[in-house]
Amino acid sequence: MIALSHINWQSPTGFALRDICLDIPVATYAVLMGATGCGKTSLLEILCGLRVPNSGKVLLGGHDVTHWEPRRRGIGYVPQDLALFPGRRVRDQIGFAPALRGAAAAEMATTVQRLASELGISHLLGRLPENLSGGEKQRVALARALAAEPRVLLLDEPLSALDESTRAVATHLLRDLQVSHALTVLHVTHSRTEAEALGQIRLRLDGGKIIHESQPGTPPALE
Amino acid sequence: MPRRLPQPFWLILAGVTAAYLVFWLLLLGATATYSTPQAWLDTLLKAEIRHAAWLSLLTCTAAAAAALVIAVPIGYFMARRSFRGKSLLDAALDIPIVLPPMVVGLCLLIFFQTRIGRAIETLIPFTYTVAGVVLAQFVVAAAFAIRTMRGTFDHLPARPEDVALTLGATRFQALWHVALPGARRGMVAAFCIAWARSLGEFGPILVFAGATRMRTEVLPTTVWLELSVGNLESAVAVSLVMILIAVAVLVVVRATGERV
Repeated sequence: MIALSHINWQSPTGFALRDICLDIPVATYAVLMGATGCGKTSLLEILCGLRVPNSGKVLLGGHDVTHWEPRRRGIGYVPQDLALFPGRRVRDQIGFAPALRGAAAAEMATTVQRLASELGISHLLGRLPENLSGGEKQRVALARALAAEPRVLLLDEPLSALDESTRAVATHLLRDLQVSHALTVLHVTHSRTEAEALGQIRLRLDGGKIIHESQPGTPPALE
Repeated sequence: MPRRLPQPFWLILAGVTAAYLVFWLLLLGATATYSTPQAWLDTLLKAEIRHAAWLSLLTCTAAAAAALVIAVPIGYFMARRSFRGKSLLDAALDIPIVLPPMVVGLCLLIFFQTRIGRAIETLIPFTYTVAGVVLAQFVVAAAFAIRTMRGTFDHLPARPEDVALTLGATRFQALWHVALPGARRGMVAAFCIAWARSLGEFGPILVFAGATRMRTEVLPTTVWLELSVGNLESAVAVSLVMILIAVAVLVVVRATGERV
């Protein structure tokens, strides 16, 4: 589903990703680990089209999308800071993608209600981002991404800002969402526990290269 | 419990601040008490002064609106894109701020004598017209509005716009639906700064649009016209009107900035 073929990328500051090759099958939960600053976020940005690699190909469902705009890729992206839209209520955050694709008001309301209910945030629809807790913000960001009906979901350290109890609930939520939406997920973290709990494929980015720590088929350790 | 004495360092800084404010209050106080209320009233009731005041309000609003229209895209572009020669372009955008005002007026006057300028004037006459007043105000005010919008977008994280792109937005939709709502305060500030700058503009207007009574005369030119005929009381009265308007703008900026 997601494949990177010999991706090379160099940042203006000299930091580099070298000859990255990666293949994540459809509806698989992959976790990418690595130290802070090793290029995990840059890799996600290359995948969703926010950065263009110096060489190599990004393939989605067999199509070369290396030079496609982000909006054409069908990839949902939840960045580490969640990047909720300032001044927009939760309802409008989730309804953003349906509104862009010209959904009718009734269809948009149904989508918002369905996702809000699925993520347990129906009671927050009228709130502004500044009035939400870390866990609530994370659910809103997930609902916003899912409203675009992506085939692939990229999560950049989605659990890092949560306390321990919220993190356990969120871990189950992520796994359930992946299964119920049949998503191909690439989840970036530097927590081994998180990787072992969620990852059907576990990868490590080290020195600008990808190292496979487990292969498809390895069951995640989630209870 | 003994009260802690303020440190000498902070006392000195507070003293400098107070001295500066006192200096300004003395200037304003001297101006305000120079004339009698009756003389003020007589001046402000003059038809030509009222015309100048209305023209000032009208042209400042038009110039500030036009300045904001170009400041938003330029500020966004300068804040979000990195390219070769960016620092040169950044410096070039500040040229109207550092140019002597008379030179700005002269540049405008000369430009409208060129072939392109004359062609534009066949469509909209600028030289020595009200449109010229707006253009002269706009040229300088826009530079201040651009600087304000650049600072605003610099301080807004780009990440929400990136997310909007992955959700199906075009670059323009990301600007319109995500960046602009987040930049509301900056836009209000840019408009008010451009408006206030336009109100005080004198040199370029005098050179490019002239100071014709009941035609292109705005408040700063009124002060100059009254001074040039030795009518100091009228000049002072008009100056006080401008001070009051400036203070009102300052209050509105503060209040709006907190609410937007």
